[in-house]
Amino acid sequence: MAFSILKAAGAFALMALSATTTLAQTDPLGAAPAARTDKTTIIVGSADFPESQLLATIYAKALAAKGIKTDTKLNIGSREVYMPALLDGSIDLLPEYAGATLSYLDKNATAHSPEDVAKALKAALPAGVSMLTPSQAQDSDGVAVTRATAEKYKLKTIADLAPVASQLVLGGPPEWKTRKEGIIGLKELYGLEFKSFKSLDVGGPLTLSALVNDQVQAANLFSTDPAIADNKLVILEDVKNLFPAQNIVPVIAKAKVSDVVTKTLDAVSAALTTDDLIVMNGRLANHDSFDVVADEWLAKHKLN
Amino acid sequence: MIAWFSDPTHWTGSDGVFALVIQHLIYSGVALFFACLIGLPIGLYVGHTGRGVVLIAGLANALRSLPSLGLIVLLVILFGPVFASDMAFIVPSIIVLVLLAVPPIMSGTYAGVAAVDPAAVDAARGMGKRPLDILFDVELPCALPLIFSGLRSATLQIISTATIAAYVSLGGLGRLIIDGRAQNDYYQMAAGAVLVGALALLVDLAIGILSRLTVSPGLTRRL
Repeated sequence: MAFSILKAAGAFALMALSATTTLAQTDPLGAAPAARTDKTTIIVGSADFPESQLLATIYAKALAAKGIKTDTKLNIGSREVYMPALLDGSIDLLPEYAGATLSYLDKNATAHSPEDVAKALKAALPAGVSMLTPSQAQDSDGVAVTRATAEKYKLKTIADLAPVASQLVLGGPPEWKTRKEGIIGLKELYGLEFKSFKSLDVGGPLTLSALVNDQVQAANLFSTDPAIADNKLVILEDVKNLFPAQNIVPVIAKAKVSDVVTKTLDAVSAALTTDDLIVMNGRLANHDSFDVVADEWLAKHKLN
Repeated sequence: MIAWFSDPTHWTGSDGVFALVIQHLIYSGVALFFACLIGLPIGLYVGHTGRGVVLIAGLANALRSLPSLGLIVLLVILFGPVFASDMAFIVPSIIVLVLLAVPPIMSGTYAGVAAVDPAAVDAARGMGKRPLDILFDVELPCALPLIFSGLRSATLQIISTATIAAYVSLGGLGRLIIDGRAQNDYYQMAAGAVLVGALALLVDLAIGILSRLTVSPGLTRRL
């Protein structure tokens, strides 16, 4: 077990190092971004965790197979960083999670079902940005505990944490401190106040290691993470719908939308399933490269 | 950014600047203590005897090239099963900082002792001093300027690198930088960077004053 985490950590450490150099291409303190000279290339961006990088790679390769010039800027950071990059034109296309994007754009959003979220997201997207057809594949945020913790406190849902939260330490990415789908929502919706919060990584090896080794007792993991089954973890049911439906959806700059692009990415979304994500995440954790995993998936679905 | 600094809620509380500076100084102080514990004796030994120069030169350079961020994640994963508590994050952070600080301390001490005027050592020996007395009464005081210079560069590196403790959930001023990046709050990030810089300068100044007070005036030509 420790060894498999270790293997993931090796890859992760490398990614973390490169992350510091791939920040959004904006002047951090607010000056106007430099205009891009190349208007035809579609630059695909991604968040700083493997699944997002894989999806971005798949998008880029599918588009390239149709003769569209593409470039990738993977591992940009959290949504708080890459969304501004999309808006200022540093990147053109992102694999996004519908529900999380919606609540990033509209703090008061209440939609939960995939259909409602898609509809609300379409309305909430800023001018100049549009979304294509969402995939049925989902990867939702979840609060995970070990099976031992679940049995000890008889936990099935997030609401069951209420009597014991004050004894437990919660782990998650640093942005959880200020996000509604994080500490704020857990407090407002479920009335949970944890003993403390530990800033770890985005459902990566640090979070997993801390949860398995009891440095934190509850942690933010993603439902498509193969480590959940491997380490006998339990995702607590979100009975009050704090985490909205997270269908994967391409979000793209309007200027770059064309029939070919729409058709290609819709075909990718149509072929992608949640189980695909779990299997591919497992392969990434075992050090298969984004390119190899993306190529094989595209070949299997004849999208290359 | 001035607005960020003038908001009183940013200064107090468990995530406030005061608490973070204290945490930062504790991590740095502990790391510096262990680094001195390792680096000083080795440097003194090698400088005094002239043995193992090639070994420590190679070791020092190899240690300098270790990537701190990669190492800290690796160590956290390795130590995770060993400690159930926060020590699983603290011990790796301290180890990384110690590894970073040992080379400059070790090389500074070695170079300082090796560069002591041989005439002074000969004179001490001629007066009948024992080897250990020569080391502590003559070589060490004469080597102090270079030892302090090693110590200063070690301290600067520790203080600037202690920010990575926040990457593995600990506190310190890195909290502002890591959280600021994740939350796209560049003012918080910039404030963290400025504070780390200011802290490094202040501590460097303090060591500078300490070195002025302890180094023999005869060595500094200030007489």
